[in-house]
Amino acid sequence: MTTVNTKLNRRSFLKVSALAGGGMMLSFSWLAGCKPTEEEALGLPKEWFELNSYIKIGENGAVTLYSPNPEFGSNIKTSMPMILAEELDTDWKNVWVEQADFYPERFDRQFTGGSQGIRQGWTPLRTAGATARAMLVAAAAQSWNVPANEITTSAGILEHKASGKKAHYGEMASLAATLEIPEEVELKDISDFKIIGKSKKNVDGEKIVSGKPLFAIDHKVEGMKYAAIVHPPAFGMRLKSFDKSSVMGMPGIQDVFSINVFKDDYVQNFFDTTTFPEIVAIVGNSTWEVMQAKKNLVAEWEKAPETKFKMAGFGGNSMDVTVPSGLENTSSHKSRMAEFIKNPGTVVRKDGDPEGMFKKAAKVIERTYSAPFLAHNTMEPMNCFADVKGDKAVIYGPTQAPEFIMGTLSSSLGIPKENIQINLARMGGGFGRRAYSHHMVEAALISQKIQAPVKMVYTREDDMTDGVYRPTYSATYRAALDENNNLLALHVKAGGIPESPLHANRFPAGALDHYLAESWDISSNITIGAFRAPRSNFIAGAEQSFLDELAEEMGKDPIEFRLELLKRAETDPVGSNNDYDPKRYAGVLQLVKEKSNWNQAQSNVHRGVSAYFCHNSYVAEVVDTVIKDNKPVVESVYAAVDCGIVINPDSAANMGEGAIVDGIGNAFFGELAFNNGVPTKTNFDTYRMIRQKEAPKKIEVHFVESTENPTGLGEPLFPPVFAALANSLYKATGKRYYEQPIAPQLEMENLRM
Amino acid sequence: MALFNLNINGKSQQVDVDPATPVLWVLRDHLDLVGTKFGCGISQCGACTIHLDGNAVRSCQLPISAAEGAQITTIEGLSENGEHPVQQAWMEHDVPQCGYCQAGQIMTAAALLQRNPNPSDEEIENAMNGNICRCGTYLRIKAAVKTASQKL
Repeated sequence: MTTVNTKLNRRSFLKVSALAGGGMMLSFSWLAGCKPTEEEALGLPKEWFELNSYIKIGENGAVTLYSPNPEFGSNIKTSMPMILAEELDTDWKNVWVEQADFYPERFDRQFTGGSQGIRQGWTPLRTAGATARAMLVAAAAQSWNVPANEITTSAGILEHKASGKKAHYGEMASLAATLEIPEEVELKDISDFKIIGKSKKNVDGEKIVSGKPLFAIDHKVEGMKYAAIVHPPAFGMRLKSFDKSSVMGMPGIQDVFSINVFKDDYVQNFFDTTTFPEIVAIVGNSTWEVMQAKKNLVAEWEKAPETKFKMAGFGGNSMDVTVPSGLENTSSHKSRMAEFIKNPGTVVRKDGDPEGMFKKAAKVIERTYSAPFLAHNTMEPMNCFADVKGDKAVIYGPTQAPEFIMGTLSSSLGIPKENIQINLARMGGGFGRRAYSHHMVEAALISQKIQAPVKMVYTREDDMTDGVYRPTYSATYRAALDENNNLLALHVKAGGIPESPLHANRFPAGALDHYLAESWDISSNITIGAFRAPRSNFIAGAEQSFLDELAEEMGKDPIEFRLELLKRAETDPVGSNNDYDPKRYAGVLQLVKEKSNWNQAQSNVHRGVSAYFCHNSYVAEVVDTVIKDNKPVVESVYAAVDCGIVINPDSAANMGEGAIVDGIGNAFFGELAFNNGVPTKTNFDTYRMIRQKEAPKKIEVHFVESTENPTGLGEPLFPPVFAALANSLYKATGKRYYEQPIAPQLEMENLRM
Repeated sequence: MALFNLNINGKSQQVDVDPATPVLWVLRDHLDLVGTKFGCGISQCGACTIHLDGNAVRSCQLPISAAEGAQITTIEGLSENGEHPVQQAWMEHDVPQCGYCQAGQIMTAAALLQRNPNPSDEEIENAMNGNICRCGTYLRIKAAVKTASQKL
């Protein structure tokens, strides 16, 4: 047992009733609880008793757990409450789960992204569960007049064996809710876990499969209007004027006006990335009518000048941001990147004497990898509901990061934060895109202007062309080999538009005496942001493809080669800033080797391996492809994962499978190009997404058994699959793939995709 | 604007809309049946899949004028409380991640199994290929279709 101090996360213990006076406490009835199973489950109680911000218990013993973080599909709405339920020591079948709305006074870190939900929620959630349990035990001790340490709990039942007294949690809840919060509580031993580590079904599963309204786009209230937006046609352009009369006569159209997302004096924060700060809004009686009007709107656009603004950075520092003018092209991006690849970059890490080693090398291998901009393409397009009247605002929308948009909303609306309630909708996908929530500000400004509730919906074309994209990247790897094919030095020079993908202190840094890492970047007015495993989603593919080619050149098995490097990093690491644990890294390689029967590959099956560490978790993957009727088919993918304790194993496997499919899809097809600032793809007819036929026929996700604290899963399985696929395709076709997307190159080799 | 008499999930409904309005938006905005989802508007993603006389169709490009007289079934009408074998299989395999595309996936799968109760892997892949799942739950979708086919 571990004792933890509850003062560490005191705000978790604010009771709902304590907040009701100050906040706007709205009850969203359609978000009301859903039961995981009907089997012998308790019905709704007559009264709830709040034990802390996360937990309320009914007089009949039913439990409601609040899931604090926004849900975008990683199933934290099930797994975070599982952690609470474990320490509360309740029966999962009597648990209702509700999505908490945005209450920074009550909850820590209501942010979904960076694969941090479970990792950072682990201790606060366990503590909240254990504290509620301790209060129930204290209530029983008081009622029964027995020492608290003689009372045991199990599945929602309190028991004092010596006196034969027994009660369910509901019987003690009203008294427990009045007790002082203990200063210290004991957490369970991992070996005593009954819920964590046992697969639980998605608490919203039934609602999803029966089409219940779960998403912001499904929301409707009496008197609600609908809005569409019209944004500049190209990056580097802005609104000059628009002709209101071009749409005002159209059926169902109520108003047309422009909105500015930011007030002039507003200092943007890091997540205030907004594609087009000024847009035109069309308001009307139905989605279809405003979408028709959108096509008819006559507007004039002009080239935007260079803009400069201050952006608040982390730790109170502010940055000067310059957005260049001009209409950018993919072809000119490529030629500018080619110049940067040739020139020296900024040295980010240097160990030993890499230049000297390259001079004396018998052989130098140099390869350059690249990948294009990517659009997130969440299935639910950007949208938001807002109801702004006078000095009060209710915003209900898909956001990964309510905390980062609250300040923007307050500034742009001129309404104090305490009068703004952000309610958290289930998101139809996020992938990083919804960490940037200017769609909420847009909807709020539209509602403020018309003083009525409104639902603003982007078309797919808006969503794809008004993006906060994954940047385009490049990485050049060089290896110096001696005459016996021993590796002398490694050099990586990586960059992108507008950011570098380099993580200079990650593997293989630390495993090599002579290592050089350089970085470069080129500014752009195309907006970029987090995309599932930012930077790692490119650099992993480049690095792990290069290591594969290097292993081949050195005559080594690709897994053994990596294990040798990791052994060096473990036993005699170079440098002190290496941000990975070589043992855990090697562990996933060993596990994937075993699970994929690496040494007994079948004939006609072409295998590629890759391993990567990011977002605190370790992953190795093996991809098997076969060529059938001139068509590359991904037959199997084996993944080995070390993310510490796994909360919800089947759901974790689902997340891993999805990340692998996503990676294979983006490796084969993902691409957004620009022509004079205009995105060249606007919908799924041209932007190719992976579909059922191209998905692997089998995926196995294996977890390393671990008692380490849990780390995240949303991202870590995504980056390594790019190289595992490319290395496998190399075996199948004899060609290395240095550029993404891969499918067009396969087609040149008469392989159909 | 014009009046249309519709049969949706076994119920008669009347709406007064522009004849060009796609069934998707009639369902979502006028009839509050929001289980059918907007994804692309050009019949490329399958999120808006409904049944028209038992066949899976994309409702985002189907004008309401073409739906009069047909039996329309949406995800809300597939079963009373999610007890259709396809919905049950979806829960058994815990298919959804974000869940946004799943109503469309389920409607496509239900129509497939209606006309072909024992589809091969290839037939499942072909039938489901028009439905994009951005979260990549394709393997679970395929497994769930197989499970449902055994229970039909």
